[in-house]
Amino acid sequence: MRLLLPLPLVLPLAAAGLSLALHGHRLAQRAVSLVTITSVVVISAVLLARVEQDGPTAVDVGAWGAPVGITLVLDLFAAMMLLVSAAMVLVVLVYAIGSPRTSDQARYFHPVYLVLAAGVSGSFLTGDLFNLFVAFEIMLTASYVLITLGGSHAQVRSGMTYVVISLVASMLFLTGVAFVYAATGTVNLAHLAGRVAELPDGIRLALALLFLVVFGIKAAIFPLFFWLPDAYPTAPTPVTAIFAGLLTKVGVYAIFRTQTLVFPGTRISTVLLVVACTTMLVGVLGAIAQNDVKRILSFHIVSQIGYMILGLGFFTVAGVAGAIFYIVHHIVVKTTLFLVGGLVEHHAGTGALDRVGGLVRHAPVLAPLFLLPALSLAGLPPFSGFVAKLALVQAGLADEHYVAVGISLLVSILTLFSMTKIWGAVFWGEAEDPVHDPDEKRPLPRLMVAPTVALVLVSLAIAGGAGPVWRLSERAAAGLLDARPYVEAVLG
Amino acid sequence: MIVLAVLAGVLYTAGVYLLLQRTLTRIIVGLVLLGYGANVLLLMAGGPGGVAPIGRPPFPEGVSDPLPQALALTAIVITFGVTAFLLALAYRSWLLTRDDEVEDDVEDRRIARLADLGRDEDQDLVAGLDDDPEITEEFTP
Repeated sequence: MRLLLPLPLVLPLAAAGLSLALHGHRLAQRAVSLVTITSVVVISAVLLARVEQDGPTAVDVGAWGAPVGITLVLDLFAAMMLLVSAAMVLVVLVYAIGSPRTSDQARYFHPVYLVLAAGVSGSFLTGDLFNLFVAFEIMLTASYVLITLGGSHAQVRSGMTYVVISLVASMLFLTGVAFVYAATGTVNLAHLAGRVAELPDGIRLALALLFLVVFGIKAAIFPLFFWLPDAYPTAPTPVTAIFAGLLTKVGVYAIFRTQTLVFPGTRISTVLLVVACTTMLVGVLGAIAQNDVKRILSFHIVSQIGYMILGLGFFTVAGVAGAIFYIVHHIVVKTTLFLVGGLVEHHAGTGALDRVGGLVRHAPVLAPLFLLPALSLAGLPPFSGFVAKLALVQAGLADEHYVAVGISLLVSILTLFSMTKIWGAVFWGEAEDPVHDPDEKRPLPRLMVAPTVALVLVSLAIAGGAGPVWRLSERAAAGLLDARPYVEAVLG
Repeated sequence: MIVLAVLAGVLYTAGVYLLLQRTLTRIIVGLVLLGYGANVLLLMAGGPGGVAPIGRPPFPEGVSDPLPQALALTAIVITFGVTAFLLALAYRSWLLTRDDEVEDDVEDRRIARLADLGRDEDQDLVAGLDDDPEITEEFTP
């Protein structure tokens, strides 16, 4: 267990080095990536099973004791995130290998992609604030390279915005770390849980708000979301899909971790509720105005982040558990939708709604692949989105947050509307000005379709196995709201 | 201490001012200054300086706190790497556009234009879009 814990972080980093050395040998690089990520998935599954039995576990890397040294901690929430994210990284990797557009740039794609995987695992595993910053930087630096890989004009333009915004957030993060250290003399999260509680209310609230802003930029909550719909769509599909599924959710994870462990009981939950509602509304309204598959889906990420923050804003076990279930469902469904969006672009040559049409006839396999996750995203029964939204709505009603619940239901309808807009334009009718001749046979690469099908099945499995996943989420939420086992695991 | 506090303040002010400019080089310099400011702040977080901390904690009185220095060192390395990448990106941008200005999002302008067209119903929507050379240029693959 103690030996396994650092592996999801260490393995991909080591493999990235190997992959860089192998540059030019495409098959070897692919093999290295596949073997590494598959083993990370297996290790994450083992870790989740162990943590589920034994509770939170901590490891001091380099044998320096807890408040000073580098601590890796895994509790149930982190373990769930680790497993889901590793699975997404694997599926998208297969899709990327099958996709003709990225395989051209594969020489640098594989090492950078592995570094990204290491950064994501590191963010979930780390037990102190400064190493969270380092893991974020590892992940973000890899994402800067991935988003501009190819170096086209559009990519450089939107990549620039993305890099600058992320860097500003990183500098604020560093400033926050300095303030926290000046106020408490520690950056270890478990240690902070006790020390921050002793601070005066005002300072605690200020620090909590500073970190909400920092992680809010990364998680793309209102009003800090504007960079996301601009930056994501220009990258190659596999890159956009992994960003959409994971990067913002790492920000959400950091918000959950800091607000529950370090700053519980500040008067911030009202702010969270207001932010959550505006995020949901603005995101979905933005999506309705758009006219390109990937951009619509990008705005939906923003809208969905609102639901997760909403669950945290309730600050009850039921609310946080609903949010955790929502995160798991969202990561799978959103990644699937972007992969399908990529298949549409591959088939039609563009993602602009007015230039695509009639895919029900030309590529019938895509129709169910899009429809199932799209309905799940809107929250129709019997899909996983329905279970997640039902949990959030029930938690909200139990706590008498009627306005927030009403807004979340309204946003669901608007989500359904904008999904039907994609459906109507892409799958029905006929394109006015198609890029390719619609009758021409354009086979879809099997390695791109297979992972997409697998993800659709996973999202159906989440709906089918909603009971066990929900019980797991509930225990993870209880672990977040009662920090004692976490603190004991770290400080002994 | 006060000197350091003022220095951090000046660095942050200058950094934010430069960030709000519209040319890329100034934005990058602004980010670098912000990074310096954060590092000075980190050093200050460790309290007043003292004797070099060699050995294992707990340290006697009059020894400076080694942890913030380690944090600042890591942060410097990270900022350095990312700045190098940003400069490379800015150079690429200059190669592509021969211009140092930050550009607008094309799709945003298109959507804003659609909203304007909605108000003026006489104009043909599609023809209106085709009139804008910058926009159509971006959309022919």
